[in-house]
Amino acid sequence: MDDFDLLQEATQEAEAAEDSRALYEVKMKFLGRTGKVTALLKGMKEIAQESRPAFGKKVNALREALEEKFASLEEKIKQRELEKKLAGENIDVTMPGRHTKQGALHPVTRVKDRLIDLFSGMGFEVFEGPEIESEYYNFTALNTPADHPARDMQDTFYLTEEFLLRTQTSAGQIRVMEQKKPPIKILSPGRVFRSDDDATHSPMFHQMEGLVVDKHITLCDLQGMLDEFAKKMFSETSKTRLRPSYFPFTEPSVEVDVSCAACGGKGCSLCKGTGWIEVLGAGMVNRRVLENCGVDPDEYSGFAFGMGIERIAMLKYGINNIKLLTENDTRFLEQFKD
Amino acid sequence: MLLPYSWLKEYVNVSLPAEELKEKLFSCGFEVEELTYLGKDVEGVYTGKIVKCEKHPDADRLTVCGVDCGEKGAKQIVTAATNVFEGAIVPVALDGATVKHEGGVQKIKTGKLRGVVSEGMFCSGEELGINDDFYEGAEVNGILILDKDTPLGLDIRPIVGIDDYIFDIAVTANRPDCQSIFGLAREVAAVCKLPLKTPETAYGCAKTEVNVSVEVKEPKLCPRYIGHFVKDVKIGKSPRLMRRRLALMGLRSVNNIVDITNYVLLEIGQPMHAFDRRFLRGDKIVVRCAEEGEKIVTLDEKEFSLHPENLLICDGERPVALAGIMGGLNSEIKDDTYEVFFEAASFARDSVRKTSRSLGQRSDSSARFEKGVDPLYTPELGMARALHLVEELGCGAPTDRGADVLGVSSEQKVICTSYAAIDKVLGIHVPKEEVNGILERLFFEIGERGEEFSATVPLWRDDVDGYPDLAEEVIRMYGYDHITPTFLENATVTHGGRTPAQEQERKAKRTLEKEGFFEACNYSFYSPKDFDLLRLPENAPERRAVKILNPIGEDLSVMRTILIPSMLQNVVRNVRRGNYEGRLFELANVYLCEELPLKTLPEERKHLVFGLWGEGDFFDLKGAIEALAEAFDVRLNFVKGERPFLHPGVTAVVKMGEKEVGFLGELHPEIANGLALEKKVYLGELDYAAISKRFAKEISYHNLPKFESVRRDLAVVVEERVTCAEVQECILRACKAVKKAELFDVYRGKQLGQEKKSMAFRLTFEPDEKAEKGLSPEAVDGFFNKIVGNLKHNLNAELR
Repeated sequence: MDDFDLLQEATQEAEAAEDSRALYEVKMKFLGRTGKVTALLKGMKEIAQESRPAFGKKVNALREALEEKFASLEEKIKQRELEKKLAGENIDVTMPGRHTKQGALHPVTRVKDRLIDLFSGMGFEVFEGPEIESEYYNFTALNTPADHPARDMQDTFYLTEEFLLRTQTSAGQIRVMEQKKPPIKILSPGRVFRSDDDATHSPMFHQMEGLVVDKHITLCDLQGMLDEFAKKMFSETSKTRLRPSYFPFTEPSVEVDVSCAACGGKGCSLCKGTGWIEVLGAGMVNRRVLENCGVDPDEYSGFAFGMGIERIAMLKYGINNIKLLTENDTRFLEQFKD
Repeated sequence: MLLPYSWLKEYVNVSLPAEELKEKLFSCGFEVEELTYLGKDVEGVYTGKIVKCEKHPDADRLTVCGVDCGEKGAKQIVTAATNVFEGAIVPVALDGATVKHEGGVQKIKTGKLRGVVSEGMFCSGEELGINDDFYEGAEVNGILILDKDTPLGLDIRPIVGIDDYIFDIAVTANRPDCQSIFGLAREVAAVCKLPLKTPETAYGCAKTEVNVSVEVKEPKLCPRYIGHFVKDVKIGKSPRLMRRRLALMGLRSVNNIVDITNYVLLEIGQPMHAFDRRFLRGDKIVVRCAEEGEKIVTLDEKEFSLHPENLLICDGERPVALAGIMGGLNSEIKDDTYEVFFEAASFARDSVRKTSRSLGQRSDSSARFEKGVDPLYTPELGMARALHLVEELGCGAPTDRGADVLGVSSEQKVICTSYAAIDKVLGIHVPKEEVNGILERLFFEIGERGEEFSATVPLWRDDVDGYPDLAEEVIRMYGYDHITPTFLENATVTHGGRTPAQEQERKAKRTLEKEGFFEACNYSFYSPKDFDLLRLPENAPERRAVKILNPIGEDLSVMRTILIPSMLQNVVRNVRRGNYEGRLFELANVYLCEELPLKTLPEERKHLVFGLWGEGDFFDLKGAIEALAEAFDVRLNFVKGERPFLHPGVTAVVKMGEKEVGFLGELHPEIANGLALEKKVYLGELDYAAISKRFAKEISYHNLPKFESVRRDLAVVVEERVTCAEVQECILRACKAVKKAELFDVYRGKQLGQEKKSMAFRLTFEPDEKAEKGLSPEAVDGFFNKIVGNLKHNLNAELR
C-alpha cells in the first residue's frame, strides 16, 4: 500500500468527521494501536533489512503529518462545538432582572429629614416631645392662659380637663428650656392635632418647630436664618418676607412668606398672583415664655419658628390635596422613591 | 371683620384705590382675605325714564316701553314685568350689560321678543344684588322703581349703594380693639398717616324722675356696667344710610332702637342691649351668677336651664338677659316700647365663652365679648354713640339718668423703656423721631427723656404691656422691609444633629424601604369598632384606649393602642382601588395607659406595623423583619403563636430572648372574607421601642480564621410536624464545629410517605479558633455522622 494513499485516505476521512468523537474514531483507525499506520510499522519486520530505515522514516513522517492534521482538525472541531454549545445557551436579555423592588419613604418623612439635615448643619439638635400634652405645656407656659382668645385659634382635642393632643410642637420648647440652659438651638418635629377636618385641613399633621435662645438674638437673625432655609429648601434665588402677625408665645410675631419658586415671584396660580407663598409663622420668643422656663429675659433673647411639614411637602412636590398624604395609596407613595 | 370702604371713609379721608389700601393693611398686620367690589357683576346699567307703555302686538303678557336714558339715548325695551308705568324711573341694562342672575352673571343683548326689538332689559332689585335695606322697593315683585327725582342716564351702582368695596379682614386674636369699623379706621389712619375723625357722641339730657339702679355682684366677670335711661322712644324704621350699612355687614334691619344697638356693635365694637323699661321690675339691674336650675327664655324663644357659672343680668326679681349673649324675651323691645334702658358693659371673655359654649347659644354680641372688650374705653364710647344716634334719629330722648359701675382700676398702663431696647429686639436702628411718630399715630402718649422714654398705652390696647410690644408696633408701621438679614452674628456656635435613637429610626425606615416597603402615615386615632373587627376579647389590653372627649366623629375617637387596624384599612383601600399588590409599613406611637380616665401622661411607645398583599407571603414579611433585626444587630426568634385576627396556622410570635416583641401572620380568612379581600394579606406589628434599644453598634475587627471552612449538604426525611427550627437546633447542638445550618430546600412527595417531608440543609464547618490545622475530610465525616445520629435519635429523622 502506498503511504501517500494512506495520507490521502486519512485526511479525507478526518476532514469528513462531524464531531470530536467521529474524529477520534478516525484517528484511532489510523494511529491507534490497531490502526493502519501502526500496522505499517508493525509490518516492518517483513520488509527487507536494508529498506527498513528508509521505510521507517517514511512511516514516521506520515504519522507526524497525520498527528499534526488531527491536532489541527481537533482544534477546529472543538471551536465549532463550543460555538454550537454557546449558541444553544442564548438568553433573552430583555427578560426582567431579579431584585427586590425598592419601596419609598413617605413625602412627609422625606421633607422632615431634609429639614433636619438642613438645620443640623446650622447647629440645631433634634428634640421630640410627647404628642399627648398637658394643658400647661401646650398653652399656659406658652403665654396662652385659660381665658385667652388664642385658645380658640386652634381647635383642640381634649382627653381630660388637663390632658390634650398637642396642637403645636411649640409645646416642646418649654420642655427643652426646662432641661437645658442657653445657648439653645433645637428643632422639634412631630405630629400635631386639631379638630379640623375639611378639604384643606387634616385633624392630624406634622410640624417642625425651631427655637434659638442665646445672648443678642434679634429679628434680623431670624430673617437671616429663614433666608438660608428658603434657599436650601426651595431654590437658590428664594427670598423671604416678614409681615406682622400674632402668636401668644412670640413678640413681635411674624408670618413668613417665601418668594414663589414656581414663578420666581412674578405671580402665578400657585401663589395666587402675589409672588409670595405663606410658609411659616415665627417671632421673637415672648419674655413671659422665657420667664416661665427660668431663663432671664434681660440676659437672653431668642426666636422661634414653626412650619407645617405637609405644607412644605405639598409646595415642594406640587401635591394638590392634603388628604393624599394619609390615604397611603401605593400609586401615590411610589412617586417618592429616591 | 368686614369693612365697607364707604363706612371707613366716614372716619378717615382715605382715597387710595381699594387694592392699594389692601396692601397697606397687609403691611401692618391686617390681612385682607377677600376684597369684594359689590357692583362687580352689574355693568352697563343706567337710570332711565319710561316715557311710553304699549301692549306688545303679538303677546298679551309683554309690554313695549319707550325709555329715555338721558345721555345714553332713547331706547325701546320689551318687558314682562307688570309694575311698570309711564313716568317710572327704572334701572335699564343696555346692550352689552351684565346683571346678577341665579347666583351667576347674565349678559344682556339687544334682541327681538316675539318680533319686537328690545334694546336691553329693566332690572329688579335681585338682578342688582340688593334688598330693601339697600334701596326701598328692591324686594317688590317686578322692576325696581327708583325715586322720582333720580337723574337719567346715570350708572345705577352709586344710586343703589353697590359702588362700594368690602374688605374681609383677618384680625389677629391680640387685637380685639380692631373688631370694629372705628378700630380699623384708627389703624388705617396710622398707616396712611392721615387724621382720624372721632364719632359724634354729643347728646342732650332730658329730665326724668325715673331712676334705674345698677348693682354688680360679680365685678371680676363684669368689670364695667354702664346703663342709661332713654324716654319718649318712638319705635320705627331706621334711615336708609343705617339700614344700608347694616345690610353691607350682613344684618337685617329690625327697628330703630335695635338697629342702633347693632350699629354701635359694628361701628364701635361695643355690644349693646336695650331693655324695655316697662318690664324691668323694681327699676333695678343686678348682675349676678345664676342659681343652679334657674331658667331664662331668650329673645329667640329658647329656654335654658342655668348653672352657677352662667352670668345673668337680672331686674329686681328675675333674669332679663344672659350676660353678653342675648337678652331675655321678657324685656325685649316691642313696637309699642316707649322707654328704653340701654346697657353697654364689659364682660370677662372666658365667662361669656364658657356660657355660650355650654348652652350652645351664640350671638354677634357673644362672639365680640369672647374676643375681649376693654372695660375703660369702649363701653363709654359705645354708650355715648348710641345715645347720640337716638337723638340724631329722633327716636327718643336720652335722659340725665344713668349708672356706671367700674370694678377695675382706671389707671392707664405706662411702659418705661429706651430706644436702645427697641433696637435690640429688632436688630436695626430705628430713629427716635420715627419711633415717637409711629407710637403717637397709634395714640400712645410719649414722654421723652433723652435715650429713654415712657409710653402711655391707649385704654383700648389690652395687648400691649412691654417694650417688645412697642417694638412690634414700631416695626409693623416702619416696615419689615427695613429688617436686614444677619446670620446669628453674636451667637454661640453649637453642635447639631440627630440623637442615636433618631438615627436608628432613620435606619429602620431605610432598611424597610430597601425591602420594598412604602411608608404609610395614618391618623393617631381610629374607631373603637376597629377592636371588634380584630375580634379582640372584651378584656384585651388593646381595648384600654385613651378616648378623645370631643372627637370629630366616633370613627376617629380613640387613640391607637395597636396599629394593625390602620394598616388593615390601608390595605383594603389599596385593593379596592385596584392596587393588586403592595407592601406598607408605618412607624408611629401607640398610647398606653395604666388607668382611665388619665391621671398621668400615657406612655407613648413606638410601634412598627407591616402590611403585605398580592405578591409575596409570610416569609417575605418575615424576611423584612429579619432584615431589620440584622440592621439593628438583634436576635429575633419566631415561634408559633395565635392572634384572634390572624390565621391560626400562619401566625408567629416574635421574641427577643424571652420577651414577646411582636407578631406576624396571615389575616384571618374570615375577616378577609368580610372585607371582600380575595388575595391573602399578611400583617405584622413589632414593639419598635423594645427592639431598638441597642443603639450605635461599636464595630471592632477580629482576626480572620486561619483555615477555610468546609461545606456539606444534608437532606433528612422527617415527620411533617417537625419544624425547621427543631432540626437546626439539633444540628447545631450536635457538634461545635458546625457553625451554620441553612435550609435550602423542602420536598414532599409520594415516595417519602404520608405526613413526611424532606428538608435539605447546607452545613458550614469551621475549625476551632485555636486549631493548628484545617478540617480533614475524615474529621468532617465524623461530625456529619454524629449529626445524622443525633437527628435520628432526637427527631426520628432519616438521611435521604
